[in-house]
Amino acid sequence: MLDTAEEITIAPVPGNGSVTAVEVVDLRKEFVRRKKRKTGFGRERKRVAALDGITFTMRKGETLAILGQNGSGKSTLVRLLSTLLLSDGGSVRIFGHDAYREHRAVRRLVNRVSVEASFFKKMSATENLSYAARFYGMAPSQTRDRIPEILERVGFPRDRLGDSMENLSRGTQQKVALARALLTSPVLLLLDEPTTGLDPRSKLEVQQFIREIRESHDATVLLCTHDLAEAETLAERIGILDAGRLIALAPADELKARYGTETLEEAFFAATGKTLEDEGEEDDE
Amino acid sequence: MKGAASTMRAELIGLAGVVERNVYLTKRYFLWDVAFFLWTVANTLTIVFIAKGFEATGATLDVDRATTSLLIGAVIWAYLGIIFEFLTETVAWERWEGTIEYTFMAPLSRAMHLAGQGVFAIIYGLARAALLFAVVAFFFDLSLPNANFLAALLVVAVASISFIGIGMMTSVMPLISPEKGMQLGFIAQGVLLVVSGVYYPVEVLPQWMQWIATISPATYALEGARAAIMEGAGVTSMWEHVWPLIIIGVVSVPLGLWVFSRGERYAKHHGKLKRSG
Repeated sequence: MLDTAEEITIAPVPGNGSVTAVEVVDLRKEFVRRKKRKTGFGRERKRVAALDGITFTMRKGETLAILGQNGSGKSTLVRLLSTLLLSDGGSVRIFGHDAYREHRAVRRLVNRVSVEASFFKKMSATENLSYAARFYGMAPSQTRDRIPEILERVGFPRDRLGDSMENLSRGTQQKVALARALLTSPVLLLLDEPTTGLDPRSKLEVQQFIREIRESHDATVLLCTHDLAEAETLAERIGILDAGRLIALAPADELKARYGTETLEEAFFAATGKTLEDEGEEDDE
Repeated sequence: MKGAASTMRAELIGLAGVVERNVYLTKRYFLWDVAFFLWTVANTLTIVFIAKGFEATGATLDVDRATTSLLIGAVIWAYLGIIFEFLTETVAWERWEGTIEYTFMAPLSRAMHLAGQGVFAIIYGLARAALLFAVVAFFFDLSLPNANFLAALLVVAVASISFIGIGMMTSVMPLISPEKGMQLGFIAQGVLLVVSGVYYPVEVLPQWMQWIATISPATYALEGARAAIMEGAGVTSMWEHVWPLIIIGVVSVPLGLWVFSRGERYAKHHGKLKRSG
């Protein structure tokens, strides 16, 4: 779909013919946080590791779920992969491109859906999607038919194409967010708690659509969530992120076997000593 | 070669996308814009009536000339305000809507992103300034038989490039301070107001302020616009005002982009993009 995407190379892994989609090595990110205690010149500051040297790879077409509490570093990881944050160490390569030095090449390959379906609230779904598409070099002739088509695919009601986003339900807004991400044909899709706060029906619809994206687009999906069932049904491997460290990464069954538990929830508790509902500290400044 | 053409095409589509989005938003907020325009008209009238006020107190002055001079100053000031407002909204509005991360992770270069915002600001600002001039001139029954509006438009259009360069520098402030950054942008605007001869000749300023006036694009825009509208100076005689504007533009736009890129880098290092305050 993107003219410019043709220029982006996707490097195969030497030796085995498969393609490494994401390669994260010793990735570190710290934020400065103000302490509650005051000093003579205001509040004391301390550096807190949001990501503490994490390493993993994803192969092309894989869906990997990252489980973690709020504040465990999930959103920081997504922001680093989508070039919205600069790391304090380590490296990120997306299909062979360095996320820092070749950020424009990376941006053409990646899109993201976050927990907040952020849009211009007074603009319609069609207008918001047009705006997003132009930033990826898609001309009006390319989006005229494509946008209504893609909105229909996510189950967006045809008679509401002209409605302001502020008049749409949260579930419908999240479907438009998925449509926005899919519109640019990303080969790496970053999903940061895409179903949090949705009603059960909307949640199932969004999950079904994620499956469709993966199958029809051969996209690689990184799903950050604290919904265990969602992780287990959508992902081939599950990573457990705790206080900025990736303490486990394996298929769900393997994790359960490793910790001798019946459920993924128990495995998470065994690995971290916490439940997913426990609140971690915010990972950003 | 083909790759470069394809990239440039994508960049221009992105630039047009920013203009297109602003058209959508202007349509959706049209009544608010009308209300803001009425406020600007009232504000401009308040300033332009000063000439009549002086006459009423017994002062001797050419009221029509003073009125026209104040009107030009007030209209250019309002235009500058619009340019700065749109540029500052590049970050501030998207922060408020929560869309900034999606915009900043897209492959469009920041130069084209900001240029798109600038292009719309110039088109919208010029149309608004022309309407403001016409509405306020109507109140004073001004006669401008020699006015060369084309020459005035030319000098303001060239000055706009420099205004955008300065606007780029201030537009990054909301990235650094989400709460107060937008207000910091008014400082640059205020400095230009003081030193550029918006409502009085630059010559009445202390010498050190006159030196600052020589690097303000508003100084040349105002001198050129006044010469064109009040004296009927033609397009060719605008050169003396245009060449300093070209030099300021050549410096201020790259400098504006550099300042913005430093601010963006700071925000990405400190995780400031995501906050919606």
